[in-house]
Amino acid sequence: MQQFLSDAVEFLPILMQGVKLTVIITLGSLVLSTILGLFWALMRVSGIWVLDRSTRLLINFIRGVPIIVQLFYIYFVMPDFGVTLTALQAAIIGLGIAYSAYQAENFRAGIEAIDHGQIEAAQSIGMGWFLVMRRVILPQAFRIVLPPYGNVMIMMLKDSSQASTITVAELALQGKLIAASTFKNTSVFTMVALMYLCMCLPLMYLVGQLEKHSATQRR
Amino acid sequence: MIELRDIHKSFGALHVIRGVSATVEKGEIVCILGPSGSGKSTILRCINGLESYDSGAITVEGAKVDRNSRSIVDIRARVSMVFQRFNLFPNRTALENVVEGPIFVKKENRTTALERGRDLMARVGLAGKEDNYPGQLSGGQQQRVAIARALAMQPRAILFDEPTSALDPELVGEVLTVMKSLAEDGMTMIIVTHEVAFAREVADRALFIDQGVIVEEGPAASMLSHPRHARTQDFLRRVTHPL
Ligand SMILES: Nc1ncnc2c1ncn2[C@@H]1O[C@H](COP(=O)(O)OP(=O)(O)OP(=O)(O)O)[C@@H](O)[C@H]1O
Ligand SMILES: [Mg+2]
Repeated sequence: MQQFLSDAVEFLPILMQGVKLTVIITLGSLVLSTILGLFWALMRVSGIWVLDRSTRLLINFIRGVPIIVQLFYIYFVMPDFGVTLTALQAAIIGLGIAYSAYQAENFRAGIEAIDHGQIEAAQSIGMGWFLVMRRVILPQAFRIVLPPYGNVMIMMLKDSSQASTITVAELALQGKLIAASTFKNTSVFTMVALMYLCMCLPLMYLVGQLEKHSATQRR
Repeated sequence: MIELRDIHKSFGALHVIRGVSATVEKGEIVCILGPSGSGKSTILRCINGLESYDSGAITVEGAKVDRNSRSIVDIRARVSMVFQRFNLFPNRTALENVVEGPIFVKKENRTTALERGRDLMARVGLAGKEDNYPGQLSGGQQQRVAIARALAMQPRAILFDEPTSALDPELVGEVLTVMKSLAEDGMTMIIVTHEVAFAREVADRALFIDQGVIVEEGPAASMLSHPRHARTQDFLRRVTHPL
């Protein structure tokens, strides 16, 4: 225990640099996946056959390819087409795209859960498609999708470690590098695990609160 | 003001509206009665483009109702609708429900819209309930908010689809009272209802619909007291004396 604590004090500053990258990747890809996911979801519910079908195809395509392969593709293959990204950029874009598929399905389910009478009421006071979405459906769908959205955040935080495979020195890779040079596997990986846990626990608490809240809010 | 010419409508193989023609003048109050599934809701929904129709023509103040044209938004703002199940926005207060259309569709000034919204709340007898959410109101109160929401668009006509059928019997009166006051103010209204006594008293004209066609029509008071057609007689007997 003594040994662990002294190791912890020694390695913490370096690991914190990894934490910083982990947070950046998670937040960046969260924002990107949310925007893309919302866009895909709106395509899916647009009522326009071509948009719906092509988006569904795209979503299945994204879901059918492992995240790690998508990351390799963006980081190692895109340069051949003249698109060169830093490892961090590639990680954010790759994870953002990969998760946009899950976000889209979550958002779509939330949108479709809204009572059709709401849409008719909105239309009957002269609202067009965009206004119906913005003023009536999305605000109500928001409450429904929030708990699953929190879960996606937790999964993204953990999956940000996949960025290590394209050389981003986030928490997991930083830990691996320290362990390799000091041979203190136990201390280092225990710390890494605890640090991930410390970031996840508040999110889990948040999701729990949201679920409780939405359970009492139901009409 | 509202004109339907030989409207037909099918849902798949089901021919629901089979040649309906009718004209509603400005200020006129028309009640539509008929058995369940006869197509009453479908007719109303065609008039403000919530449903498309297959053939014939519907015009509102001369403008053709076409669900797929941009003009439909304008027509809906002129012809409001009140639904059986109220369909208030549950995440907004009563007053917010009322001013939603004026502020976001008509782009009215917020202050004047709110002021007018409060007046409308008072007009439907709900002064003091402005900040309640729909979930905190009784069915009758919710339906009156829905009427205020329809009025807020300053429509030329209002369509009512069985506005009191989802209400407990003791709450029906308060909604009918509000509708009656609208009638007295000269609002053009098309009302689908099973409240025969109300229709007889308030409506100018009644249409009886069965299986997608108008079986009988005439001045509400006389037609609903002395229906000529056997199917109308039968229906009215069943509605007024369920046993
Ligand atoms: N969206 C739809 N898809 C398929 N069939 C429909 C649809 N809407 C209505 N129908 C059918 O069309 C017929 C007429 O329906 P409509 O709702 O207009 O009847 P209604 O006279 O309003 O009846 P009620 O008194 O029960 O409200 C019914 O047989 C109904 O099942
Ligand atoms: Mg109906």
